[in-house]
Amino acid sequence: MSLVAAHGLTVQVGSVTALSGVDFSISTGEIVTIVGPNGSGKSSLLRALIGAVPAARGSVTRAPGLRIGYVPQKLDIGATLPLTVRRFLSLPRRRKTPEIDAALAEAEVAGLADRQMSALSGGQFQRVLLARAVMDRPDLLILDEATQGLDQPGSAAFYRKIADLRDRLNCAVLMVSHELHVVMSASDRVICLNGHICCEGAPDIVASAPEYRALFGTGTGGALALYRHEHSHSHDHDHGHRHGHGQDRMHDAPEEVR
Amino acid sequence: MLDDFLVRAALAGVGVAIAAAPLGCFVVWRRMAYFGEATAHAAILGVALSLSLSMSIFAGTLVAAMGMALAVSALSQRSYAMDTLLGVMAHSSLALGLVAVSLLDGVRVDLMSFLFGDILAVSRGDLAVIWGGALAVTLLVFWRWSALLTATLNPDLATAAGIDPRREQLILTLALAVTVAVAIKVVGVLLIGAMLVIPAASARPFSRTPEGMAGLAILLGAGAALGGLELSYLYDTPTGPTIVCVLAVCFALANLGSAMLSARRS
Repeated sequence: MSLVAAHGLTVQVGSVTALSGVDFSISTGEIVTIVGPNGSGKSSLLRALIGAVPAARGSVTRAPGLRIGYVPQKLDIGATLPLTVRRFLSLPRRRKTPEIDAALAEAEVAGLADRQMSALSGGQFQRVLLARAVMDRPDLLILDEATQGLDQPGSAAFYRKIADLRDRLNCAVLMVSHELHVVMSASDRVICLNGHICCEGAPDIVASAPEYRALFGTGTGGALALYRHEHSHSHDHDHGHRHGHGQDRMHDAPEEVR
Repeated sequence: MLDDFLVRAALAGVGVAIAAAPLGCFVVWRRMAYFGEATAHAAILGVALSLSLSMSIFAGTLVAAMGMALAVSALSQRSYAMDTLLGVMAHSSLALGLVAVSLLDGVRVDLMSFLFGDILAVSRGDLAVIWGGALAVTLLVFWRWSALLTATLNPDLATAAGIDPRREQLILTLALAVTVAVAIKVVGVLLIGAMLVIPAASARPFSRTPEGMAGLAILLGAGAALGGLELSYLYDTPTGPTIVCVLAVCFALANLGSAMLSARRS
C-alpha cells in the first residue's frame, strides 16, 4: 500500500523551480534512497512529502493517519537553549522514562538521557535523532543526509541500524544521501534526481543507467557502488586497473551493510 | 491595599515580568531580540493612533505592535537580511510615531512616560489591563509550549509531527504584541526589549531544561521589578530604567557566577 505519493509534483523555492513533474510513491517495508547532485531538489522533495512546502503544481497524498518519523539534515540547537536528551525525546509529546530509556537503548545510546544535547558527539547526536524519530512507531521513516559528519564505519553502522529497524518496525524508509556506495547497496529502490527524476529502479539498474553516469561519472563514489557492475563490463579495463588496490575494500563495504 | 501607588506599581511590575520572561526565552532561543525591539518601537505609533482616534492606549498599541510584527514577518520572505529589515522598520516606526504624536492638535502628551514608562502612575484600571494581558499571554504560551518548542528547534521536524510552524510563529507574534501593549506603562517602549531578553539570558547559565530556564527567568524578572521599584523609591531615580539596571546587574552576576562555578569544577 502506498504511504505517500506525489503526482506531477512541481515545487518552487522562491523564484527557482526546485522540482518539476515528479511522480513518486513509497510502500510499507520499502527502503528508497534519493541520490542527486547538490541543488537537485532532494531536500525539496522530502519537505514537500511531509507537507513543509506546498506543491506549485501536481499533488502529494499521504495515507490517512500516517505517522512520519523525521530526521532532519541538520538540527542547530543554539547555545541559548538548554535541552537534555530526555527533554528532546519528549517533544512534542511527553514520554515516560521507560519509553525514553528503551528508545535510547534501541538506538545504542543508552544512558545518555540526562546529557545536554549540545554535549553529544556527532554520532551520538544522530542516534538520538533516530531514537526520537522511531519513538512513535512510524509508518514512514524519513532521513535527510542523516550520516553527515559521521566517519565511514560510523555511517555503515548507522545504515545497518536503519535496515534493522525497517525489519522490526515494518516501516518504510526514505532517505537522501550523498554516500552512494553505502546507501545504494542497502536500498530496495534508488531514485536519481536532478530537478526531475532522471532514472529509478533497483540499485544496480540505476547504477548502470546512462543518466546516472552522466551525473556521477564512473569514478570515486560512483565506482564504489558500481563495482560489481563494472566487473561485468569488459570494455572499461582501464578503469578497473585504476582502482585495483581498493577493490577488496570496495567489495566489502556494501556487503557489510547488508 | 490597592490604594497605595507603590503596591499597584509592584503588582504591575510583577505582572509584566511573569508574561515577558517565558516569552523572552523564545525571543532568545529563536534569535528574535531585534524583532521584539521593532514590535515595541512600533507601539509609539500606536500611542499616536490612540490619541488621535481617542481610543484606549492599550488597543492602539496592540494594533500597531501586531501590525508591525505581521509586516516584518511578511517582508522577511523578501531579499533583505532580517537584521537590516528590522533596523529599518524599528527606527522608522519609532521616528514616525514621535512625529505623529507631535502633530496631534490640542493634545499635550508626556512623551517620556511612553518612552520610559510611568509605573508609579498605574491606576486600578491599568492594573486590570496589565494582569489580564499577562494572564492571557502566560496561558497562551503555556498551552502551546510543546508545539512552540518543537517549531523553535526545527520547522520541518515540527511539520513532520503534525505541527504547523507558521501557526506557532503567529501565536508568538500575537503574544509579543500583547506583552508590548501591557508593558508600555511599566517600562516604556524603549526598554520593553530588556524585560524580554535580560531575564532569559540571565537564567541560561543555571538551566538544564527549557522549563527551568523559563521559571528562573520569571523569578529574576519579578525580583528585578520589585528591587528596581525599591531602589528608585530610595534614590528618587526613574523607575523603568532602574528596573532595567537591576536586570543588567543580574545578568552580569549570573555570568560571573557561572564562570566561577565552572572554574571551581575544573
